[in-house]
Amino acid sequence: MKKFSISSILSQLLLLFFVIIWIIPTFGLFISSLRDKDLLAISGWWTSLTTTEVNEIYRMSGMESQIEEDGYFKIKGKLFEDNSGKKINSFGITSKKINEFNIGDVAIFKDESEVLLDENGNYEWRSRTEFKKKKGKRLFTTSLSPPTFTFENYKEVLFKEGIGRAFINTMAVALPSTLIPLIICSFFAYSLTWMKFYGRDTLLAIIIASLVVPLQMSLIPILTIYNDFGALFGVAAKSYPGVWMAHTGFGLASTTFLLRNFLKSLPNEMMEAAKVDGASHYDIFLRIIIPLSIPAFASIFILQFLWCWNDLLVGLVFLDQVPSEIILTAKLKELLGSRGENWEILTTGAFVSMTVPLFIFFALQRYFIRGLVAGSVKG
Amino acid sequence: MTILNLVFIVFLGILFFIAYFHISNYILDTYGNKTLKRHNFENSIRVIVFITPAFIVLFIFILYPVFETIRLSFYDKFGREFVGLYNYKWAINDPEFRRSILNNLVWLLVVPTLSTFFGLVIANLADRIWWGSIAKSIIFMPMAISFVGAGVIWKFIYEYRGPDNTQIGLLNAFIVSLGYEPQAWLTIPMWNNFFLMAIMIWIQTGLALVIFSAALRSVPKEMLEAARIDGASELKIFFSIIIPYLEQTILVIWTLITIIVLRIFDIIFAMTNGEWQTGVLANLMYDWMFRGGGDSGRGSVLAIVIMIGVIPILAWNLYKHREEQKI
Repeated sequence: MKKFSISSILSQLLLLFFVIIWIIPTFGLFISSLRDKDLLAISGWWTSLTTTEVNEIYRMSGMESQIEEDGYFKIKGKLFEDNSGKKINSFGITSKKINEFNIGDVAIFKDESEVLLDENGNYEWRSRTEFKKKKGKRLFTTSLSPPTFTFENYKEVLFKEGIGRAFINTMAVALPSTLIPLIICSFFAYSLTWMKFYGRDTLLAIIIASLVVPLQMSLIPILTIYNDFGALFGVAAKSYPGVWMAHTGFGLASTTFLLRNFLKSLPNEMMEAAKVDGASHYDIFLRIIIPLSIPAFASIFILQFLWCWNDLLVGLVFLDQVPSEIILTAKLKELLGSRGENWEILTTGAFVSMTVPLFIFFALQRYFIRGLVAGSVKG
Repeated sequence: MTILNLVFIVFLGILFFIAYFHISNYILDTYGNKTLKRHNFENSIRVIVFITPAFIVLFIFILYPVFETIRLSFYDKFGREFVGLYNYKWAINDPEFRRSILNNLVWLLVVPTLSTFFGLVIANLADRIWWGSIAKSIIFMPMAISFVGAGVIWKFIYEYRGPDNTQIGLLNAFIVSLGYEPQAWLTIPMWNNFFLMAIMIWIQTGLALVIFSAALRSVPKEMLEAARIDGASELKIFFSIIIPYLEQTILVIWTLITIIVLRIFDIIFAMTNGEWQTGVLANLMYDWMFRGGGDSGRGSVLAIVIMIGVIPILAWNLYKHREEQKI
């Protein structure tokens, strides 16, 4: 059995390789969103996981804070924030030699003032003559920094950058855009499965054809309809109900198709028995179909909800790009353009936009997969 | 619009549809039996009540637009004057259009193939390993994320800083640690397309993976055991048994990802906005919807070109549906 175990180890290693490749991008984003924004801009996220050596520049306080003591004019202060955990190894007073001094050395500036620094970043800057400059001198430190994480970026992004509002907007788009098609398609699928009427087969064929029609085919005509409608009634052409109906339209074929496939699998005898007992179609629908379809509803709900939550194009075309209407994905795209260098905002914003999908993913994965496997075909 | 208003209209919107079905059916249940003597007639009204909302939506958002888009492609930019094949001629001679078509073709060739391949390999590996389901979960996860979110994730990986700075993008940090010059990956024409495709493969492999995992269970265990006893290597089993057995599933997944890739928009829009020769049809179309006040003729032509890509799949689906109906 030796051969088997070698191949088993090889496949484990190969799978591990895939898993690492797949998880690293998201992991990097998550770690970055928790990092200090200044550190984020100057070092890779992977350095933040271990204690690392960082080179920084600090400026000491100016003349206002000087005190007279033991015949010296002194300025005391600290370079780091409280509880930073950083430990200074060496420091310098010019940018040319940033490691010139060790802790305990006295560094002497050109104007003969002296500075003492301890490893926690507390300094004492003293001079025989009075300090006369408003700005203090610069210190270059090389210190060991333990991994530190903060929620500062989240606070900033949620309340200052408008991501919080975009989150609510996205919810206001995605919820009705999922529930409305679910309501109308369940009746539609029911009649396509259990009611006999003229043109039923044609309608079914249309649904199947519509499954793969790209939504690009609909954009221009619908935008025109919305603009005409808005002009005719004097209302805004772009609105939440407009987006709901657009999402309903684009999700209608796949929702109906999936539901019909499910309903078809229910036993015919049950419907017949109910009919004999005098139940109307609506009774059957409420009392028999809905309770039996809960798992199918859950799968379809998740698929459609994630689709609407993650959509960019529909939200871009059918909503105004203003704070009260902009959705998360459009907001992120906007930030990519305007704040492309502010990675603390981008990484955090992206992670906020991913919270709901990730929650659904981890909590309801079984239904999600079931829906996908049942035939995720969407135009 | 305040948040409270928003909650209110959301609630109202959903309630409207529930109320429609409930009230119309209630009326039909209560008065239908008394006034409409003939059972068939009541049934017809019920059918109308059941399918009308869905049909109206289907008509407005899919059926009418398909014909309207075809019509608009023969009209000028405002959709007023008939211009014949002018828009199509423009497209054929437009360098941007040619570039987009080429890019779309490369996308169609690379992404479905690699996603399906990776999905199959990973599903097969994970099937035989005890921590396989955790691995599957992790590789499947990008499926839940938006294309724009994935764009941000990968833009961070491709981030470029000048050669004198510390690289904060993983790829450049890796390249620099090997002693090479850092590169602005997304701005190198032709290659940048592959960096964008990597994102899509990263997402779609999960889709292929879950469907293959379900399908793998249908491969008879006895067949695999027999092959192993005969001394076939795992690689040989993979190519000679599993791939032929899953042929149908491979085709389905490949088509599925093809449809998604054909209208790929978000990733390119978020990452490069079609610059540095990365544009695809859907991006060009979005562009023409608004460029210079919008040109519905040119936009429609681009939509139709995307549509032409799905017609073979559409025909195949309808053919299969008809076969199923016969049985």
